[in-house]
Parts: sequence; C-alpha cells; structure tokens
Amino acid sequence: MARTTISSLFGNSPVKPLQTHMASVQDCISELVPFFEAVLDHDWKAAKAQQKKIARLENAADKLKRNLRMQLPRSLFMPVSRRDLLEVLTMQDKIANKAKDIAGLITGRKMEFPETVNEQLIAFVARAVDASAQAQTAINELDELVETGFGGREVKLVQSMIKELDAIESDNDKLERKIRASLFKLENDLPPVQVMFLYRVIDWIGELADLSQRVGSRLELLLAR
Amino acid sequence: MEYAIILLIMACVFGLFMAWGIGANDVANAMGTSVGSGAITIKQAVIIAAIFEFAGAFLAGGQVTKTIRKGIIDADLLSGTPELLVYGMLAALLAAGIWLLVASRLGWPVSTTHTIVGAIVGFAAVGIGMSAVHWGKVGSIVMSWVVSPLLAGTISYWLFRSVQGLILSTKTPFENAKKYVPFYIFLTGFVIALVTMFKGLKHIGLETTILQNYGMAFIVGLIVMFVGKYYISKLTIDPEADRDFHFANVEKVFAVLMVFTACAMAFAHGSNDVANAIGPVAAVVSIVQSGGEITQKSALPIWILLLGGVGIVAGLLMYGRRVMETIGKNITELTPSRGFAATLAAATTVVLASGTGLPISTTHTLVGAVLGVGMARGIGAVNLNVVRTIFLSWIITLPAGAIMAILFFFMFKGIFGA
Repeated sequence: MARTTISSLFGNSPVKPLQTHMASVQDCISELVPFFEAVLDHDWKAAKAQQKKIARLENAADKLKRNLRMQLPRSLFMPVSRRDLLEVLTMQDKIANKAKDIAGLITGRKMEFPETVNEQLIAFVARAVDASAQAQTAINELDELVETGFGGREVKLVQSMIKELDAIESDNDKLERKIRASLFKLENDLPPVQVMFLYRVIDWIGELADLSQRVGSRLELLLAR
Repeated sequence: MEYAIILLIMACVFGLFMAWGIGANDVANAMGTSVGSGAITIKQAVIIAAIFEFAGAFLAGGQVTKTIRKGIIDADLLSGTPELLVYGMLAALLAAGIWLLVASRLGWPVSTTHTIVGAIVGFAAVGIGMSAVHWGKVGSIVMSWVVSPLLAGTISYWLFRSVQGLILSTKTPFENAKKYVPFYIFLTGFVIALVTMFKGLKHIGLETTILQNYGMAFIVGLIVMFVGKYYISKLTIDPEADRDFHFANVEKVFAVLMVFTACAMAFAHGSNDVANAIGPVAAVVSIVQSGGEITQKSALPIWILLLGGVGIVAGLLMYGRRVMETIGKNITELTPSRGFAATLAAATTVVLASGTGLPISTTHTLVGAVLGVGMARGIGAVNLNVVRTIFLSWIITLPAGAIMAILFFFMFKGIFGA
C-alpha cells in the first residue's frame, strides 16, 4: 500500500530523536563519576571496565547522531531552523566524545592523582555531570515547546532552565580554578610530564561543562523567531 | 432513445465505482488527521465517516452536484443531440475512475475532483466544441483549487495561534482548556450547520429564512457544545501522565473536541466529494428519464444522492479501513490540539465551497490546513516534497483526465452511434 498524501505529509519529527540522543549522552557522561572513584581508589580493573562502558555508550550516542542526521533532509519544514538543530546535536555529541577522551587518556596512561585533590576532583567531575543533566532537562522541554508553538510561558521556563545551566557552569569554573590552585602548590614535587597531563584532564573536565552550556545557548537560538 | 436502460445501468455502475473509490481512498485521507492524533480509534473513525459522509452527501451535496452536472457544460448547445452529453458524462466517469486507480497505485496525490472536472472539460471542449464549456465557471473552479488550501491554511494558522494564546501558553492550560474548548466545539457545530442550512437543504424541501438559518445553526452549535461539555466534565486528570509530556491532560480535552471536528470533516467531505461520482450520473439519468430531453430545471433525484452515499460507505468499509491504518501509524506527531486546528479549518473551507457549489479537493485543502499549523510552529516536521508533488499532480491530472475522457467519448459514440 502506497503512502497516502496526508500520511506522507508528516516527516519524522527531530524532537524525540534529539532527546534520545541527549539521554544517551547523559548515560555516557554520568559513568565518569564511578570511573573517577575507581581511579582514585587505584582499582584499575574497575576503572578499565568503566572506561570500556563509557566508550560503548559514546558509540551508541554516535549512532543515534548519524541516524538523526540522515532523517533531516532539506525538504523538511520544521518549527526550528535545521542548522541550529544540527548544531545542538553536534554540541550534545561533543559532550560524550569528551567524556570518552577523558576516560581513555586516564586509563591509557594509568594516571595517578595526588591524594590531596581527590575530593575536589570528584566534586569537579560531579558538577560537570550536573551541567549536562541540566542541559538534558532543557532539551526535554523541546516537545512542549513545539506544542506551544515556541511561545509564552514555556519559552520563559526553558530560559530559566538555561540560566540555571549557566549558573552550574560558572560554579564548575570556580571548582576548576580551585583545583588548579591546589595543583599549583604541589606541582614542583611531581614529575613534570604527569603534571602536564593532570592539567590537561582538568581542562577537559572543564570543557565538559562548557559544552553543556553551549547546548543550552544553541537551544536558546532555537527559541528565537 | 436507444439503449436507454444500458446507458442508465452503465451510469449507475460507473458512478458507484467512483463513489467506492472515493470512500476507499479519499475518506481515509480526510479522516487521517483525526486517527493520527489518536483522538479516535480506526473503528470510531469508520463509524463517524459512515454516518457523516452519508449525511453530508445527502444534506449538503446538492450544490456541487449541480455544478458538475450542468455548471461546466452549456447544455443548451446540445438540445438537439442529448446523447452526446450522456456519452460524455459516461466517458468522464470512466476516465476519472481509471485515472484514480492508476494514480493511487503509483502513490500520486491526485484529486478526484480535479480528475472529473478535467475529464468533463476535456470531452466537452474536444467532443462538442470549445464554446460548449462555461469557461468562466471553469476558471472560478480552478481558482478555488488554489484558494482553498490557502484559505484552510490561514484559518488553521489563526485557530492554532488562538489555542496557543488562550490555552497552551497560559499558566493553567488544563483549566483553560476546559473553559475554552467548548467554544471551539460550538464553533464547529455552528459553522457546519450554518452552511448546510444556507445552501444544502433546499433540495429536500426545506425553505428557510436567513434568521431561521442563524437561529438553527446557533441551536445546533449549543447542543453539540453541551454534549462536548458533558464529556469534558467526565475527564479525569492523571498527574502521572504529565510527567513526560506536560500537556498530556490538556490533550485529553482536545481529544473530545477532535471527535466533533472529525464528524465535521466527514460531513464536509461527503458534501463536496460525493458530487464527483453522482454529478455525471445525475446528468445521464435526467436526460434518459426525460426521454432524451435536456431539462435544465429538473431536480436531483434523491435516490442518486443515496447511491453516492452508499458507494462511499461501501468503499470505506471494504478498503478505507486499511488505508486509515497506514495513515494512523504515520501521523503520530499530530496531537489533538494541532489535529483539531487543521481539521476544523479544512472542514470549514470545504463546507463553504460546497455551499458555493465549487468542487474542490478535500485532501489538498487538508494539506493546506496542516501547513498552516506548521507555520504556527506547531508541527515537528512537515515534508515539503508532498507540496511539490501536489503541484505536479495538478499539471498532470487535468490533461490526463481530459485525454482519457475524449478517447472514451469517441469510443461510446462509435459503439452506441451518434
């Protein structure tokens, strides 16, 4: 049975797939906390397993990303600009990529962290996960936004969510500065190569929150008429 | 007139076949938005369609039937050779039936209306003469094909914007939905009743004044509003349902409304599209029965309207159900609040056209209405390729219908003699 005129008029909405992708990104990045716990415990077996899990989840997110891209032909008329939508998708995907890179680097080099920064480090990672969780909350409002035609109260609600996301990100920045300061005091007693990579890991964790914030700001672009 | 009975039977069979085809395919398109939005099940859609298609065809189908039957061709030119009109109408029916069969096999979004109009114009212009066609009337019909999707789109855009403003974007969408949705139900009943009163009921012997028309439409509107209010008051709020999608409960209210607009759509469709099948039949019957005289005044026999209604319902029951299933599976993005805006806008436009006697395409009107909701940023994704194929089908359908009708016309002329 050929598709009828009315049914072929409706394309596949990108909203649900975008939300599914963000959910799988969130699944991936939340595994970072147990990963870091294992690393700081020097339990390399658990850390390795955790790192594999993260890589697997990143792969799953990648697949979702490709599927969504394939189902967004130019002939689709959507309530949001196609380009902005694809950028949100790219940003979301970068979060999972970064999480995979962090886990890969640490397991690859069997990195050791100075005991004194352990607590700070866990808090720092947890805050980055918070940021992407907040980005996910905002992305989950997309179907409601379409329902209301991107107007009124729903837009304000999403804007307040994005504001909250910005707050989490700046909080994360603060944690980053503190952990850098702690490391700065210790760095003369540590092997220089290790210090170099410690700073890189800290950088990357900071980028996680940055990326989440950028998901939020791309979403804000979708709201604009 | 020779072969009178054969010609009569042929007309009825072809007409029934057309009506069957409309019921099988077009009705499913008309009901698709309602089924897809999940407001009504396929079984309910079939029942609603069966009742309201029939009612629409019977109560408000007269005006368009008149246009198809005698609005396009200047029958005065044929008073000496009435059999030509009979052959022509038979040829138009057959051509349209075959073209629709081919097109729906290939999945082209062709319209029954466009095909039959193209076929009638074709046989008249070539078989009889250019002057036999009321080009002014044909011009206004073609114009209405452009205007109707635009009008439906505009109406649906503003309907959906009003829903956003009054209900969805407010602090208490559920309470506001309960407050305002009855008015939309009233509007649905009022518009359909009004147009029907104004244009449709003359042929069943009901003469009414303007004031009576408004009064009756108002009363009909109020009645359906109270029926709707009753069902809305019986709804239970499920706070759990709002967790995933905040408007789940609001949509329940709109689902009640959607049932009414689905009825309106079926009614509108019946009032406009049945004419495509029975208009030519009516023309043949009136000539054959009057012994070869082309009587412009003869009223439309009611049994012909019944024939059309029965054909549509038969097609719907036998085949339309399956088409509806396909549609229902494909339109899941359409929630009742959006579906209602699109359906009501299309139904209003179609019923207006029916009242004016303009044969338009219900499906294309509905496409316009859906695009209107899309313009209000209310739909996740609309496939614009369909719009392009619709334009293409316009360009192909008219000549295709015309050429086939011309061929059949000369074939009948050869078989039955001029």
